[in-house]
Amino acid sequence: MGSREHSMGADDATGSPDRHHSEVTLRVNGKPHTLIVDHRSVLLDVLRERLDLVGAKKGCDHGQCGACTVLVDGRRVNGCLLPAVALDGCDITTVEGLAAGAAGATGEELHPLQRAFVERDAFQCGYCTPGQICSAVGAIAEAEAGHPSHVTDPEAPSGQPVPLGPDEIRERLSGNLCRCGAYPNIVRAVEDVIR
Amino acid sequence: MADTGTTLGAPAERREGRDKVTGSARYAAEQTDAGRVHAWPVVAGIAHGTVRAVHTGAALALPGVLTVLSHDNAPRLAPADDATLAVLQSPRVPHRGWIVALVVAETLEEARAGAAAVRVDYDAVPHDVTLTDDHPDAYTPEQANGGSPAHREQGDPEAAFADAEVRVDTHYRVPPLHNHPMEPHAATARWDGGRLVAHDSSQGATTVRTVLASLFRLAEDDVTVISEHVGGGFGSKGTPRPPVVLAAMAARETGRPVTVALPRRFMAALVGHRAPTLHRFRLGATADGTLTSSLHEVTTHTSRIKEFVEQAAVPSRVMYAAPHRLSSHQVVPLDVPSPSWMRAPGEAPGMYAVESAMDELAVEAGLDPVELRVTNEPDTEPDSGKPFSSRHLVECLREGARRFDWARRDPRPRSRAEGPLLVGTGVAAATYPVMINPAQATAHGTPDGRFVVRINATDIGTGARTVLAQIAAHTLGVPLDRVHVDMGDSDLPPAPLAGGSSGTASWGWAVHDACTRLAARLAGHTGPLPDDGLRTHADTTGSADADSPYARHAFGAHFAEVTVDTVSGEVRVRRLLGVYAAGRILNARTARSQFIGGMTMGLGMALTEGSTMDGASGAFVESDLAAYHVPAHADVPDIEAHWIDEEDPHLNPMGSKGIGEIGIVGTAAAIGNAVHHATGVRYRELPLSPDKVLTGLTGLTPPIPTPTG
Amino acid sequence: MKPYAYARAGSVEEAAELYAAHPGARYLGGGTNLVDLMKLGVEEPAALVDVSRLPLDTVDELPDGSLRIGATVRNSDLAAHPTVRDRYPALSQAVLAGASGQLRNAATTGGNLLQRTRCPYFQDTDEPCNKRAPGSGCGARDGVHRDHAVLGHSPQCIATHPSDMAVALAALDADVELYGADGPRIVPVAEFHRLPGDHPEQDTVIRPGELITGVLLPAAGAGLPSLYRKARDRASYAFALASVAAVIGVEGGVVRHAGIAFGGLAHRPWRARQAEQALLGAAPTTAAFERAADLELAAAEPLRDNAYKIRLARNLAVDVLERLVPPAAT
Repeated sequence: MGSREHSMGADDATGSPDRHHSEVTLRVNGKPHTLIVDHRSVLLDVLRERLDLVGAKKGCDHGQCGACTVLVDGRRVNGCLLPAVALDGCDITTVEGLAAGAAGATGEELHPLQRAFVERDAFQCGYCTPGQICSAVGAIAEAEAGHPSHVTDPEAPSGQPVPLGPDEIRERLSGNLCRCGAYPNIVRAVEDVIR
Repeated sequence: MADTGTTLGAPAERREGRDKVTGSARYAAEQTDAGRVHAWPVVAGIAHGTVRAVHTGAALALPGVLTVLSHDNAPRLAPADDATLAVLQSPRVPHRGWIVALVVAETLEEARAGAAAVRVDYDAVPHDVTLTDDHPDAYTPEQANGGSPAHREQGDPEAAFADAEVRVDTHYRVPPLHNHPMEPHAATARWDGGRLVAHDSSQGATTVRTVLASLFRLAEDDVTVISEHVGGGFGSKGTPRPPVVLAAMAARETGRPVTVALPRRFMAALVGHRAPTLHRFRLGATADGTLTSSLHEVTTHTSRIKEFVEQAAVPSRVMYAAPHRLSSHQVVPLDVPSPSWMRAPGEAPGMYAVESAMDELAVEAGLDPVELRVTNEPDTEPDSGKPFSSRHLVECLREGARRFDWARRDPRPRSRAEGPLLVGTGVAAATYPVMINPAQATAHGTPDGRFVVRINATDIGTGARTVLAQIAAHTLGVPLDRVHVDMGDSDLPPAPLAGGSSGTASWGWAVHDACTRLAARLAGHTGPLPDDGLRTHADTTGSADADSPYARHAFGAHFAEVTVDTVSGEVRVRRLLGVYAAGRILNARTARSQFIGGMTMGLGMALTEGSTMDGASGAFVESDLAAYHVPAHADVPDIEAHWIDEEDPHLNPMGSKGIGEIGIVGTAAAIGNAVHHATGVRYRELPLSPDKVLTGLTGLTPPIPTPTG
Repeated sequence: MKPYAYARAGSVEEAAELYAAHPGARYLGGGTNLVDLMKLGVEEPAALVDVSRLPLDTVDELPDGSLRIGATVRNSDLAAHPTVRDRYPALSQAVLAGASGQLRNAATTGGNLLQRTRCPYFQDTDEPCNKRAPGSGCGARDGVHRDHAVLGHSPQCIATHPSDMAVALAALDADVELYGADGPRIVPVAEFHRLPGDHPEQDTVIRPGELITGVLLPAAGAGLPSLYRKARDRASYAFALASVAAVIGVEGGVVRHAGIAFGGLAHRPWRARQAEQALLGAAPTTAAFERAADLELAAAEPLRDNAYKIRLARNLAVDVLERLVPPAAT
């Protein structure tokens, strides 16, 4: 229907664009991927099923748990609710790409949050962990950019970075459920990194 | 055991930590074998009846759909001991949400669309899903879960209660609860000729292998089940679940590797739940608080296809001395999904009742709730008369009281306010039995000075790999980094499940024995090792499962401080503290995480978690994570967990008790008792959500929920 | 989910054209509710017209002092916008009280207004629901309805509207800007959502193919103290059991401006006009706040298990008004 769906050449390995499929280019962890996607495919499933990036997890598939959290153009989002076709041209960072994206990192190193999660034992089963870490990366950036949260003092000046105490961290990470109950250690891990 | 300084008990980091924080740890649905396809279940929209017809034409016509399995065409399985695994074998629908068809397709999107296109006709018959304590079908079972007798009675509890100077006669209600591990139940299966290989999200792959071999009429050697990383289970993955059976069926039918991952909203009906429990509790005591009579009567439900009786009256057989005692269970079979294990089955709901009733007695008698518990500390296990292998409940209470500054508490209810907030504190005890099962393990010493321990243990998040390596290193007297542990694969020496807080004790004992033998072989060996090293094997059958003359339980104490908002009825936990006596703590870091995790789940049980069954449809209404509220970050304060050193020679070679479940036991009572202290209102039905709390604060009669639950 | 066509609109006009050209189309904003409902089979669009990248992603002050929020402004950006925080604090607070950081980063202003009820009977295609399948009945009325409506419900439907943001917008006298086949039009937020009546399938007064292009916040009331408060089952990431947004202006010891709206009580954000009328010209005392709240809630018709909402809403309203007008100011 729209002018863009037939505009680019097909990737023969994955079918061709038609009424229900389109070609998109996603830049994932710095690497561009051009592929034909079923319009029904959400980002989470494209990452896991097409690109074999299984770090982002499927916990609920409905935006109710946060296990699928990734960064799209630097903002944390639930990958399970975003049709991939709508993300053409976007920059996506998953837990697999965090370390490489951290300043001065080499491939072998961990992102500071990843290291802090290990040191603080901020997980048990590990299933929510990639989402927690990506969410924390996003939350730290949001606070730095002056985004308030539900627990931010309404009198706090607009546009100024918001200091992240434990209550702020808890509120901002509340979109990431952890059934093992690692929350206190996650708060400590985030505190370690922002200190 | 050989002494290697701090190996055992040291806060070693999780061995799979790096894999989990980088996303490289693969779970059961993430086995992207070449040609792997996906399957999506279709579940029953009725609560009771039979499938008349499954119309698959529309689904089969969709692109990508490979097959649709139903009872019409699914492979015939051998009879299943666990009726919940007899999937697609008959048209019978025993409860809402039962699997009636499975769509296999090339992609997830195609499988989901296929499932939506399947139309099922039913012959529905009337159903009953409503639990009441006077239900005409209630009966006393032979046993409750875990093999406990359903009914125990000593002395003349009714008469003693009637004669008591101080009496508490009350009811409590715990709603259905759902495990909801973050990883939904999932399996990927493939057939290599006649061999079945399955990756399953399971708490114990050995049992899964045995069951799959039986269902598919295979030799056990022809089945491999791998559970390398498991995203939590909390009991719901302790028994084999439908996904692995369906994946194996679908893989056989299609000749392709197949993944079945349960959609979250199907889980409430398909992976067990904590059955609702209705408690009647009566305590009689002398004026100084000495218990004379204890009567704990539990009514719960089970499904029509499986008798599972939540053993919620069992903890009152363990906790307090009383000469006259009764503890009993009755169960009502209903057209409901089959209940099963959820973290501390029996103890979690049972101790909510025990410890709430003790708090009520303390208030009634005007006694401090800590001292009341100390007063009733038994010399031997009240029900069995056995001596305790170790019991340091009083020490936990005292240490917790000290850390919590309990002495400064004003005992008067509703004595502390901060603006619109009422503040209160509460205490409750905790207990969990010591369970140990036989296991096998091998130990292998290589010429380069490294060691490999092999055992089919499972890490569901407890840190099993890490603590077993610590046990091995400690036993061998070698540095931790020289030991590798192979686990999570049924081709390894067989081992019991990660459940009942028994994993580390059971596996560790076998690892200990294998390593002890290897250490002896190495000590007796002269010259270089042979090229393939030395190997030993251990099987703890006969030792780990030997009857003990002791009553063996872990104990603990929970202290909570809450605020109750008189405007909104919202309760928040401000402080939560646990002190445990659980034998030797084998890894301080991962143990603390387990204690805190258990308390967090207990916080959810107290305040946010609850499921209700719709009487008309037979469905659990709160079936997703938006409606079923597991605690979020913002609900959970900086929980503290401590333990006291406990030497107990009557357990296992490590001297450890289980720690995975005790954190949830009693936590809800501690929080509920704190809410009473804050408000002066005694709430007796969980969870303490704003609707109930505000209603109580307003002095209105709380509504009695008519749907079961 | 059935296969669907997809097209991205470059302009509002193109969006309307694409919609008209594709029967069964839905507009795609942040997708946080629509995609959720598509996975459940509740929504089955034949096509998605992607409006998420329309150039409607700014918050602009207009010459008359009002504020225009573009329909594709993400919830998180709306809540963080300095002008919104400074002049309409209840709006920022309401947005931040909803969902999670991730969802707020994706959800749009327009989409938030159009989100659908979280009634579990609506979400389960095996249950009767007059909103999803007109004529099929209501499973909630005699079922599990602790979360459901106490005001303005009908025999056909007892669902509540789940938005926090819309409650604040209603209290703040905001307008919704729509664009459709007949061109643009404006509807007050408080009249945008419907009561269920005999047609619970219609959540709002939006016409087929109409697109929300923005929300207008009036200059009147800007800078007045305003507050949003929500009660919920857990401390974060949960829908409201009840909520209230209020803006109040006091001059010379009497109330000169009052905007009050409830969330979680009805099929739409419940603008408390009777309470407002009772307060206007009155001294802002606790007794007056209580009388006003009681007056508004007198019309409540609780169901078997949700009478608590009346007390809860009353308490929240009085608390918020007291906070807005501390005793010292009266």
